[in-house]
Amino acid sequence: MRITQGTFSYLPDFTDAEIAAQVQYSIDNGWAIAIELTDDPHPRNVYWEMWGLPMFEVTDAAGVMHEVNRCREAFPNQYVRVSAYDATLGRQTTALSFIVQRPAEEPGFRVERQESHDRQIRYTLYSYAAEQPHGERYARS
Amino acid sequence: MSGFAMVPPGTKPTRDGASTVPGQAGPGSAPCTGNGGKGAGTGEGLGGAGTGTGERPEGQLGDGEMVDLWAERAASDVDEVLGRLDRELVGLVPIKTRVREIASLLLIDRLRGRYELTSTRPSLHMCFTGAPGTGKTTVALRMAELLHKLGYLRRPTMVAVTRDDLVGQYIGHTAPKTREVLKRAMGGVLFIDEAYYLYRQENERDYGQETIEILLQVMENSRDDLVVILAGYKDRMDTFFKSNPGMSSRIAHHMDFPSYSAEELLGIGELMLAEQGYYLAPEAEVAFADYLRRRMLQPRFSNARSVRNALERARLRHADRLVASGARQLSRDDLMRIEADDILRSRVFTDDDPTEVPPEDGAAA
Repeated sequence: MRITQGTFSYLPDFTDAEIAAQVQYSIDNGWAIAIELTDDPHPRNVYWEMWGLPMFEVTDAAGVMHEVNRCREAFPNQYVRVSAYDATLGRQTTALSFIVQRPAEEPGFRVERQESHDRQIRYTLYSYAAEQPHGERYARS
Repeated sequence: MSGFAMVPPGTKPTRDGASTVPGQAGPGSAPCTGNGGKGAGTGEGLGGAGTGTGERPEGQLGDGEMVDLWAERAASDVDEVLGRLDRELVGLVPIKTRVREIASLLLIDRLRGRYELTSTRPSLHMCFTGAPGTGKTTVALRMAELLHKLGYLRRPTMVAVTRDDLVGQYIGHTAPKTREVLKRAMGGVLFIDEAYYLYRQENERDYGQETIEILLQVMENSRDDLVVILAGYKDRMDTFFKSNPGMSSRIAHHMDFPSYSAEELLGIGELMLAEQGYYLAPEAEVAFADYLRRRMLQPRFSNARSVRNALERARLRHADRLVASGARQLSRDDLMRIEADDILRSRVFTDDDPTEVPPEDGAAA
């Protein structure tokens, strides 16, 4: 099951050139670019691990792409996303965030229904990938 | 280069507004380090779906057609940069020749791209050697501008660094520090001043070696994104290259900046004064030429930089003379003219022994 998180996630995967164009657009807007990765793609898992510090001083997408590729090399089977932070007063939030790498196979989620009081039902999203301990998920098959 | 001509910006339909980023020439010239199969090769597939296949892209020329060199030249605005280089820098003939050659090569490559003649991107890493104050930094700045105008670099910026900015202080500190600088410089020129300090012969475990290795790797792999210019004194750079042969062979252009002659220095001085709205009175010109001849014999003479310092001090004496004269009314000319006396009061003239070492250049008044 293909994870759809962040911007552009319903489009086909971007090529490097397209990623670079988006990154350049963000940089030209004055947003700081950060690279983050995770192997727990639960929709409520918003805090991914950071690949280095946010790149505040980088003025060209080539520098960001260099880091993206290093991150992909180090974690070929994890989710990697690029996020752009807008620091202007009043906004101060992530302005753009999109996935630039996903594992070859994404097992997806199942829904668990818990019967609670008064015939109410509580739903839980259960990630198959998270059955394995951290670091062993999405092992290359 | 070929990508630049093949897909002019803005001619192909894009999926959303965000993709048409100013400054991005086209998919072919967009960065794609490593991961080659994923990048440039498939760049056309997604965005260019709307353009018909088999058609010649706009701007492309057939075998029989002619290309207008002068129009291309005018469009690139390169003559303006070269002209400024010529006007603002006195002398330096070998350097100017080489810069012009590089500009011509890039221009012709651009035209070749119109006929789909593939030309490999030339390697433009450079090494500037020369005595202090011969204009290495200035030329590097112009170079960034020139390469940008010719479409070789994406932005006309230059990041100037020294050993301190690249080499860390403890194990594991160097690589991230160097990478940080490289990332900042991507798309433009990285200027490493006094690059020979990166390598310390006496200390084998010096972290500078790590920086050199990363630099070499990036110079080779990210040739499309970065131009590295090393600068330093001739003899020390030679020793540096002797111990790092890989570095020397990866640099295509070794340029040696000659020291200026006395006449050239006088020209530089007049140019500097004109920029600040001063001029030399005829007698002052003679005195200044004499000053330069004496100063050149003294130790720690650093060409144009010494000229600038000398003129700074002449300005001080000029101002002091005007204030001390007690005159109430001053004309515009009074405020602009530097008299012979302003220059002759320099210590360079009073010291009988010209070999005596002044404490430092800034105090050699």
